[in-house]
Amino acid sequence: MAIAAAREIHDGEIVFCGTGISLLAAMAAKCIHAPGAIIFFETGAIDPDLKEIPLTVADSRLMYGSSNNAGLGEAFAIMQNPFLGARLVGILGAAQVDRFGNLNSTCLGDYSKPKVRFPGSGGACDVGSFVGRTMVFIRQELRRFVEELDYFTTPGYFTGPGERERHGYKHGGPACVISDKAVMRFDAETKEMYLYRCFPGTAAAEIQESTGFPIDLSRAGELDPPTAEELRILRRVVDPQRLILDP
Amino acid sequence: MTDSDKVITLEKAVKRFISDGCHISFGGFTVNRQPMAAVYEMIRQGLKNLHVYMHSGGQALDILIGAGCIKAVEIAYGANGRFAPTCVRFRQAVESGKLLVEDYSNYQMTLRFMAGAMGVPFLPVKSGMGTDIEKRWGFDSEMRRSDPRLPDRKLIVQNNPFSEQEPESVVLVPAIHPDVTVIHAQQADRQGTVRIRGLTFADVEQARASRSVIVTCEELVETEVLRAEPDRNQIPFFTIAAVVHVPYGAHPTACYHYYDYDAQHLNRYRRLALNDRRFSDYLDEYVFSMDNHEAYLKKIGDEVLGRIRAVPPYGYTPGLKRG
Repeated sequence: MAIAAAREIHDGEIVFCGTGISLLAAMAAKCIHAPGAIIFFETGAIDPDLKEIPLTVADSRLMYGSSNNAGLGEAFAIMQNPFLGARLVGILGAAQVDRFGNLNSTCLGDYSKPKVRFPGSGGACDVGSFVGRTMVFIRQELRRFVEELDYFTTPGYFTGPGERERHGYKHGGPACVISDKAVMRFDAETKEMYLYRCFPGTAAAEIQESTGFPIDLSRAGELDPPTAEELRILRRVVDPQRLILDP
Repeated sequence: MTDSDKVITLEKAVKRFISDGCHISFGGFTVNRQPMAAVYEMIRQGLKNLHVYMHSGGQALDILIGAGCIKAVEIAYGANGRFAPTCVRFRQAVESGKLLVEDYSNYQMTLRFMAGAMGVPFLPVKSGMGTDIEKRWGFDSEMRRSDPRLPDRKLIVQNNPFSEQEPESVVLVPAIHPDVTVIHAQQADRQGTVRIRGLTFADVEQARASRSVIVTCEELVETEVLRAEPDRNQIPFFTIAAVVHVPYGAHPTACYHYYDYDAQHLNRYRRLALNDRRFSDYLDEYVFSMDNHEAYLKKIGDEVLGRIRAVPPYGYTPGLKRG
């Protein structure tokens, strides 16, 4: 998952990161093919010198050697700014995703008395509203790829083409969804999710079985497996303590 | 240039400025610079029915919820990063219907504090139009009417009045004016000038939005020291009501350039918090049976405090066992 996401990050991009696997992906991309990528955090740390992997976006590890240490107000203003925001790529996790890339990270069941409560938006709703494109990390399971979200936390493409714009968003929306089994993208016309690449060893039919809505499999190929060099960097350089790889 | 000397004990600061039913906000973010010593003192004093405002609440939020001090929260996030993907007592309280929650995003909460600090009733933002953050309220109209400190509505989506030709939706988020804000900073002087090192999160906006502010600090320093480098100070002294000198006042959360988070303590807390009896034992052991924060630090012990001491120039503890 981390390598598949790292490949989606281009040199020179500004990457908004959470913690966990999104940070692995961004740090790996920076070491492998995108040394000019800039990592920044909603808490206000911009381009820090990450000598160890941070475990929260408020970790003191992301305050060391940064271009500047600001606060939430400045960080989100950068994302909302139309000139800078369009250049940003944001990486988000979620508990549920629907076919148009809308996300739930708040709760399962009724909001007023939920069956399961998650942490909530944090900065996710802001990132999904502001940046040029987002990437979503989520496990490929029926209960996560759902027809209807239990709670709509973060905007994707709403109910289809033109809807994002109609709700007042200037740009953005999810570019891809990366699961533990595949990479999915969104059709340029319909804004619906389709299967783009399966991880090696996963059949396209398996993806439909673990997706709670019909998904177009016709464009599916197989993702190139991680190279020895990609794995070496991930395991030896990015997360040698295995804090995120094997928590 | 000076205000009066505001240094008092933590016990007195909490007694004087925080009372049952207070609307209160806490600085810091998840596991960094949470004002834990003040939170423990609040639990010891048995405060109840608090209404809490935070952006990303972590350890302070969770333990106050678990101790039964909080009635309602307005937040964006309740987690401790890898130490608790969702805060344990927060989750349990919401799922069992014991806690009222109103959800915003981190930027919306930051702007609500900023609006309060600026003295305007709301600020616009282009985040969350059409989502359930816009549509689902945590507090009903009756609750809003019953407390004049709450806005009549959660938030409002409307057209940008400057762009009638091309309609454009914006979200208006209401200002917050807490009765009191508690922050933990690296340094302060006796009058209340505050110096935060590293990320300020939204502490400055939270402090300025508030009627009273309690600052707890790692070091109480001479006014001349802070005034020799004023560019590095963030909060002017006249906004501060009380200054409390509390070394390790954020433990087990981190304080940049002073100490790292106590990863083992946080991991242990997460496990204990899952069980009602064990959580109650934890509170007895670390909060109720302690007279004050010095006693708490003695219990934590020099060995642990030494292990998490920040190493220059990093400001954290390289190689700290965190798994």
